[in-house]
Amino acid sequence: MTGRTLTVLIAIILGVVLISSPVLAAEALPEHSADRLLIGTTTSLDATGLLDVLSEKFEADNGIDVQWVAVGTGQAIEYGRNCDVDIIMVHDRVAEDKFIDEGYGLDRRIFGYNYFLLVGPGSDPAQISGLNATEAFSAINTAGETDESVVFVSRGDNSGTHSREKLLWKGGGYDYAVINASPWYREAGAGMGQTLTMTEELQAYTLCDSSTWGAYESELTLIPLVENDDRFLNIYAVMRINPDLCPDVNAEMAKKWENFMISPEVQDIIGTYGIEEKGKAYFSPALGNEELIGVLVEETTTPVV
Amino acid sequence: MNDLITGIGIAFGLILTADPEVIDITARTLAITCSSTLISVVVALPLGAAIAFRDFPGKRTVISIIQTLYALPTVVVGLLCFMVLSRSGPLGYLGWMFTPNGMIFGQTVLILPITAGLVITALQSVSPGITDTIRSLGASRLQFLRSHVREARFAIMAAVIVGFSRAISEVGTAIMIGGNIKGHTRVLTTAISLQTSMGNFSLSLALGIILLVIALVINLLLGLVQNR
Repeated sequence: MTGRTLTVLIAIILGVVLISSPVLAAEALPEHSADRLLIGTTTSLDATGLLDVLSEKFEADNGIDVQWVAVGTGQAIEYGRNCDVDIIMVHDRVAEDKFIDEGYGLDRRIFGYNYFLLVGPGSDPAQISGLNATEAFSAINTAGETDESVVFVSRGDNSGTHSREKLLWKGGGYDYAVINASPWYREAGAGMGQTLTMTEELQAYTLCDSSTWGAYESELTLIPLVENDDRFLNIYAVMRINPDLCPDVNAEMAKKWENFMISPEVQDIIGTYGIEEKGKAYFSPALGNEELIGVLVEETTTPVV
Repeated sequence: MNDLITGIGIAFGLILTADPEVIDITARTLAITCSSTLISVVVALPLGAAIAFRDFPGKRTVISIIQTLYALPTVVVGLLCFMVLSRSGPLGYLGWMFTPNGMIFGQTVLILPITAGLVITALQSVSPGITDTIRSLGASRLQFLRSHVREARFAIMAAVIVGFSRAISEVGTAIMIGGNIKGHTRVLTTAISLQTSMGNFSLSLALGIILLVIALVINLLLGLVQNR
């Protein structure tokens, strides 16, 4: 009798697996199959829902499955270097250049931009409101030394936003290692959304991209204190992974996705997405704004062949 | 407090209205968790029996190591499996990175020490009198094993339940190997993690309640089998 118990048990588990296996079987495609494009993307494109809109359109046009892993720029580049994704969408010019120099990144195209904001509590204990980026960082550093209510939360995850933050500290003449060790400086080691939640709980300051901010601001009491600084320009790029180094990548679809991203039609979507829901667009299109954001026209218009 | 009450409300709303996305995520969670539990049990039974019934030098050490691995952190398993399954790793040719298969692989690695360790304990706790009786009746190897499994069935069932529970509740491996891809590798725990990071605490809590309800149902089912 009891020997049968185990058989029955295994039968039950098998049954459950079988019942749910259609879900699994449909998805257990090989990683780089021809009908799947896997993107390693920065979190803001996912958090704002822009990728949902774009992937739906691309899937309808090309009959393939678009999937993405939303991580920081640093990790997205690492996935690219390991050949685990077909294409990356990131925002860190310096890290991108290195990735391209190493031969992994091909055909960088610029598809959009936004601005960083320095957000913080309404009480603004470091009094940074109205300052420019460098002055604000300096004010936080000075006030942080004496005032315990002044706290700065950093992404601390090698993302594009974290990179920019480090650049801003360095630009202000600070040694980042010293800043990093300061008692008022907290490394969240998390994505933008989680970092904002933490900043809200601590009533602290943080650097945030305007698109993620747009998606979260209604749930937060924090306010933007410093914006419209040249050094806050944030440019988004897409590049495919070199098939010579990663033979399994879906190069055909990756090229198509790049051309899709710089097409006037998608540029128009990027420039309008968010207006309906939030009153203003999350991102600005790169097309036609090359001079303003300081990129070459070739980077926004030349099709990838 | 508000989030708590709304969370419970949302949970029942999602269950009662059979929200398609929640159904999808739940089905995937079940498929992946049941697969990894099944594989780990299939491996743990013979492995556990071999270790429990055989005497060999270093047996105690092996058992200690297996029991130490109960504490294997899920993110460490995630990291190790990432290094093995990545295109640049030794099993990269399988193409399992960011797929449900990869997640099953990771969870199996994670819970195998637990199921194997508990199977060893279960088989070893069969009273020596019974072991002697079975031997004296001249049982074949297979009969010997079968009768021991039968004797230890409650404890073995516990191994299955503990393994399943650890697999369904872990998030480290699922997020590192699966990547939390919407509609493909998103499971309950990674969805909870995502919704929390997006500040949707009520929805997170609702998904957590759904996870517990599933665990309850599975436990009841297994209990039913056990008592027959």
